[in-house]
Amino acid sequence: MQAIFRMGIPVSGKNLFPSNIQGLPTWYEVRVNLRGHTARTSEYDLMVAMNAETYARDVREVRPGGYVLYDSTWPLDPALMRDDVTFLGVPYARLCNESFTEARERTLMKNIAYVGTLAALFDIDMDIVSGMLKEKFARKPALMESNAKAIQLGHRYALEHFECPLPFRLESMDATKDSILIDGNTATALGCVYAGATVAAWYPITPSTSVLDAFKGFCEAYRVDKATGEKRYCILQAEDELGAIGMVIGAAWNGARAFTSTSGPGISLMSELIGLAYYAEVPAVIIDVQRVGPSTGMPTRTQQGDIMMCAYASHGDTKHVVLFPSNPRECFEFAVKAFDLAERLQTPVFLLSDLDIGMNDWVVPRLQWDDGYKPHRGRVLSKEELLALPKFHRYSPEDELGVAARTLPGVHEKGAFFTRGSGHNKLGGYTEIPDEYQEVMDRLLRKHRAARTIVPEAVIERRAGATFGVVTLGGCDPAVREALDVLEERGIRGNFLRVRAFPFGDEVEAFLAEHDTLFVVEQNRDAQLRSLLVMETQVAKEKVRSVLAYGGFPLQANQVIEGIVARLGAGASVNGTAPHTNGHAHAHTHGAHDAHDARQEPHGDEGGMP
Amino acid sequence: MSYIKKPVVRHPSLKLNQLGLTVRDYEGAMSTLCAGCGHDSITAGIVRAFFELDTPPHMVAKLSGIGCSSKTPAYFLSGAHGFNSAHGRMAAIATGAAAANRKLSYIGVSGDGDSLSIGLGHMAHAIRRNVKMLYIIENNGVYGLTKGQFSASADMGSKSKRGEANAQAPIDPVMLALSLGATFVARSFSGDKTQLVPILKAALLHDGFALVDVISPCVTFNDHEGSTKSYMHTRKNQVPIVETDFIPPAAEITADYAEGTVARVRAHDGSVIRLRKVGADYDPSDRTRVVSFLRDSQASGEIVTGLLFIDSGGTEMHRNAKTVTTPLVDLPFEELCPGSAALEKLQTSYR
Repeated sequence: MQAIFRMGIPVSGKNLFPSNIQGLPTWYEVRVNLRGHTARTSEYDLMVAMNAETYARDVREVRPGGYVLYDSTWPLDPALMRDDVTFLGVPYARLCNESFTEARERTLMKNIAYVGTLAALFDIDMDIVSGMLKEKFARKPALMESNAKAIQLGHRYALEHFECPLPFRLESMDATKDSILIDGNTATALGCVYAGATVAAWYPITPSTSVLDAFKGFCEAYRVDKATGEKRYCILQAEDELGAIGMVIGAAWNGARAFTSTSGPGISLMSELIGLAYYAEVPAVIIDVQRVGPSTGMPTRTQQGDIMMCAYASHGDTKHVVLFPSNPRECFEFAVKAFDLAERLQTPVFLLSDLDIGMNDWVVPRLQWDDGYKPHRGRVLSKEELLALPKFHRYSPEDELGVAARTLPGVHEKGAFFTRGSGHNKLGGYTEIPDEYQEVMDRLLRKHRAARTIVPEAVIERRAGATFGVVTLGGCDPAVREALDVLEERGIRGNFLRVRAFPFGDEVEAFLAEHDTLFVVEQNRDAQLRSLLVMETQVAKEKVRSVLAYGGFPLQANQVIEGIVARLGAGASVNGTAPHTNGHAHAHTHGAHDAHDARQEPHGDEGGMP
Repeated sequence: MSYIKKPVVRHPSLKLNQLGLTVRDYEGAMSTLCAGCGHDSITAGIVRAFFELDTPPHMVAKLSGIGCSSKTPAYFLSGAHGFNSAHGRMAAIATGAAAANRKLSYIGVSGDGDSLSIGLGHMAHAIRRNVKMLYIIENNGVYGLTKGQFSASADMGSKSKRGEANAQAPIDPVMLALSLGATFVARSFSGDKTQLVPILKAALLHDGFALVDVISPCVTFNDHEGSTKSYMHTRKNQVPIVETDFIPPAAEITADYAEGTVARVRAHDGSVIRLRKVGADYDPSDRTRVVSFLRDSQASGEIVTGLLFIDSGGTEMHRNAKTVTTPLVDLPFEELCPGSAALEKLQTSYR
């Protein structure tokens, strides 16, 4: 995938793995096409069948006219054969046994040899491949040599035995020269570092663990004093998620930029203290890398099932600010934004990512940083400001966002107050008096509503002659865009809106109002974004329909197309249902083509190529 | 309830500490606990300890969870920020607060319900991390605010006000802390100010997690015959083991204690805690012997009080993590953000 990216071609890779340490099959899908659509598709042009246990399923999944690459050291079971698929057999085991002496090397290098074959079949630039080998094994020349040898084995065999390249192949482009290949969790962690977060508290959970792994790595690189070894950060691996959010609240109460990273089950546990932070108005940044629920669900599969939970987390009347990044670049930008919003609004802010965004590599434009950036710390009174006040009260007076100034411990005793989750009045004192309680609760509602003016605006794209609007969020973005492109080729035009935050901005309200037919595309069973839109905007419930996909794999364009077409009814004439029909026609004309492959990786990672 | 508002006038003869503050400057709001509640005596002890330590009130952060005990941070140090958080979560919140600003003095006030049931995990892990804080358990064996249910520290056979006997074995916070590797473990009795104040002072200066379990009888739900946490029961069975005397580093260290009867422990800040042994063979620095001694005392029905264990050589959370000495909240943004050039360079590895 990295080699394709370096050829300048937009590409995506989806790692489909089980919740298990070792031994169960894993698939890795790579998608490439001329128009840069990189949403997942299950139309496989070429399947690399590496695991005999899953041969039957792998062969079945290849599209008619596609190819299966397999190890022909052993004959394939004739029952697996299909007439409409071309079988490409390379005797990898035999080749490696002949070329390598050590048992471990023989096994490992077999997996590497596939890369050479694929490079030949797709016409991947071998200079790029060998360049990557040099980088990866710069410090292990012996490993580089055997990897290079294995790749050559696979490459040469393919050139000698097959017609290379295949009818679909790769041609260098310059579409990725200003891009990087990065996963969302790494980008999120980088955002936290750049935002100046100093305290991170967390409890390990798939699929968010790599956020903290990356944060730790970046902090070690950028925040350790070279002379003394002293660290300008504190990472707390908590005893559980209840502790993790407690630590974040404690640190933020003291004035640090603090965050936690978790997944749905963690949010469930954190809910009580999220309510405390909301009511006592303590900033907190909570990263939720969603996975499939409910309960333990499917920890290594993706879903957007925590939308409602995050929007209203905790008992009583609570409403939160939630950001919905759609790719790693937005993960980086929104992570920084989340700290600014949390401190400005003195409230918990959620960064709602998911496994697909967080753990898969995405091609995104290079991350940008403005050195003029100053963290928005919100209304925090300095000692001088405190001394100039006749008297300090925690929850009044409010500014135009409904926010009152806070003070930090250790600054001056004039700023001392008692933070409490119990009923309090606008002066910060304990109360059970209805009017005093309501006064504070009403301000919190005003504050949440005001947040809509400072959260990231929705992305809107209009098409001339559009007859409906599609609303979506997060990682659905590429599949929905692809679906709208394909539909347009069939004469069905829809406008596009991707919400990027809750509360919804006025532009969302206006978009909903301007369409008589709306589709909300999201990855959960209960249409959570749709529910939130119906509850939190003026939109008429009847005109909003749902397109849902929630099986756990990243969204595909054909799921969106089928959903929209089915609901548009007989009025919409559609030729075929698969989005690739047009894609292939297009590709044939231009010579560079769709190349999807899925390969199983039952090998260890030592000496392996990504 | 004590409803009488205290006057704010300060008597000119009130003693001043080195900051020029009187003990009144360390007080808080009027208590709303039941008249005679042991917790109020502990509050008075805390006020006295901070006054005697010359701590600027605003350099203290006082935290609590939920319960009668957790209300008390409102009743001392009105010049300090307080955080009355959620049931059982104080230790976690204090851990985060301490992570962010290591310059403040942290005091967490909790109860046996807050610490030994719902918050047991957080307390245990704050001990493991050795977070620098004074952690007080105001221990009465009963849930007061919800009207008298047994807590996890209620002794087996102890009777509730309704006459029901507790059937489950108690959790002893002192034994628990010792087994978790706590570096400062003490127990006292709310009615024994002479012992409590020096213990609190020593705990506040300890460079790590200092657990002080204070038996604090509940006058409403647990001060009747049959309760093992009543005033009568505690007074009758209390065995003071180690008397703590605290000498701040500035004062001259006196030596009027005969060799063999005094154990001196040097605190991290250079101050010295003197432990006056009641039992000549009691050594508060030997964890194994402390545990076995406490077990024996427990079996014979004695409540051992005093500074029971101290290890001033333990590694506090920040020293263990090698955090920078400057509090994290005081680091300028420029020292935290790597900047655009670093980002540009980093991204060559994502090509």
